[in-house]
Amino acid sequence: MSADLNIILPEIFLSIFAMLGLVVGAYGGKDKLAALFVWVTSAVLVATAAWIGFQGAGTGRAFGGMFVDDGFARFAKVTILLAGAAILLMSESYMARRDLLRFEYPLLIVLAIVGMMVMVSAGDLIALYMGLELQSLALYVVAALRRDSVKSTEAGLKYFVLGALSSGLLLYGASLVYGFAGTTLFAGIIEAAEGETPLGLLFGLAFICAGLAFKISAAPFHMWTPDVYEGSPTPVTAFFATAPKVAAMGLFARVVHDAFGGVIGDWQQILAVLSVASMFLGAIAAIGQTNIKRLMAYSSIAHMGYALMGLAAGTAQGVEAMLIYMAIYVTMNIGTFAFILSMEKDGAPVVEINALSLYSKREPMKALAMLVLLFSLAGVPPLVGFFAKYSVLLAAVDAGLAWLAILGVVASVIGAFYYLRIVYLMYFGADESELDTGGSGILWGFLIASAAAMVFGVVNLFGVEGAAAAAAAALVN
Amino acid sequence: MEDLLREYLPILIFLGIAVGLGLVLILAAVIVAPKDADPEKLSAYECGFNAFDDARMKFDVRFYLVSILFIIFDLEIAFLFPWAVAFGDLSDVAFWSMMVFLTVLTLGFAYEWKKGAMEWE
Repeated sequence: MSADLNIILPEIFLSIFAMLGLVVGAYGGKDKLAALFVWVTSAVLVATAAWIGFQGAGTGRAFGGMFVDDGFARFAKVTILLAGAAILLMSESYMARRDLLRFEYPLLIVLAIVGMMVMVSAGDLIALYMGLELQSLALYVVAALRRDSVKSTEAGLKYFVLGALSSGLLLYGASLVYGFAGTTLFAGIIEAAEGETPLGLLFGLAFICAGLAFKISAAPFHMWTPDVYEGSPTPVTAFFATAPKVAAMGLFARVVHDAFGGVIGDWQQILAVLSVASMFLGAIAAIGQTNIKRLMAYSSIAHMGYALMGLAAGTAQGVEAMLIYMAIYVTMNIGTFAFILSMEKDGAPVVEINALSLYSKREPMKALAMLVLLFSLAGVPPLVGFFAKYSVLLAAVDAGLAWLAILGVVASVIGAFYYLRIVYLMYFGADESELDTGGSGILWGFLIASAAAMVFGVVNLFGVEGAAAAAAAALVN
Repeated sequence: MEDLLREYLPILIFLGIAVGLGLVLILAAVIVAPKDADPEKLSAYECGFNAFDDARMKFDVRFYLVSILFIIFDLEIAFLFPWAVAFGDLSDVAFWSMMVFLTVLTLGFAYEWKKGAMEWE
């Protein structure tokens, strides 16, 4: 028992931290403590990431295999924790100035992150569902954080209703899988799928895939994304675009490899279709957008398509490519949202793309950093975003999915248009931008650091490749 | 397989009867009932008075809060009952699991009490 508890110690630690924070906040200084909580929470998240990152190799299984702590889980957890800490740091000044900074906000983020950590470590359908719901419930609340705004409450409600629908789909699939495999353990499901796979198991697989596709907002299950991204407060949108995506992709990889690794051909086609649909929908639907938050929503849909392509390959190389892609995607998005958070006019947030015209004259440094990030998001060589796309395309080709890779290249060319349009506006726009200059130093720092990572990461990707390879090897065997 | 399914036969018959009875009652109302609706019959019935206001009224959000609180403690009881009934045969792990669960619930309760979820005005 104590060995089991040892394995989930980081999760227990974060849960206790969040619960104590709630009580201290409620009985102590209430929202006056909020800024302090944000700083402390970020520090705790970074410390937990270091703790997990330096834990050393090896695989631990707790509670009879319900909870798996392997290289794959650790890679995803470190990414999630660091992304969460970065977003918290970026949100402090934005939320404080708009009177949104409640002490529950950082604690809800912590609880969501605990859910995500359970998700990527799930070795059982019950653990999977518990992690997913812990994550989702906290996220529904933060989406509706701005209670007096119609759009924010709409975002929260929409996210809740559609999230409940997707949970229903997932649960239906899970119950079918349980019925035909006789167990909820992934290790048992993979045995039941051996030989002649029962049809019900494949039905369950399809439903679970649909439910998870909702969570990563892959087309055709993406319809909630633009509205939720637009309505939520911008720091929350930044969070939605990063950590939960990594967690859901990690969970997806875990389910298809740990539980259905014997029937790769069956889920490969589902993932390939999701991937193609997401890449093209993300690329084409974003063209008409004028709101940069909606644009980022479609951009994230397209990026999920590429990450799914790596997963669809069904090989260790594919999982490695997916992990690298997600790590780079998160880094790019943190920088891009740091820029979006700093878009203000007379202290009020601006989300219209047209407001950026000729921004390069006002803030040459920030415009240049944004240019680098946008080129990287579009996948233009020699920036890091190109290598992310390259690795998933290579994995798809090596797995005999050349057609998928070709479609991916076509979609990325279409998608490049709307990223380049922003660059065009910033450098060759019609009238002078009236956005405020200066702004928070933290945002500036994250923007520049992220852009610099896109340039200097080309050398060796900061060693992410090796860690991702080890993580993929732990998952696929 | 056959035997297993036969055990469920009464349920199937019962389902059939339920659906059939429902259909018969609805259809009977459509076919047999007189259809000469007059305004008095269509108006809302409220003890002989004319209806005071619209039936679609706003519902105080505090009722939802109370009902959510109720559900949480309802579930707590649902967990506690089997635990209490089997208390004599339980291991230490089962005992402490429930203690952890109750602690988490109590912390949440303390939080929402302090937040004023229980105050009506």
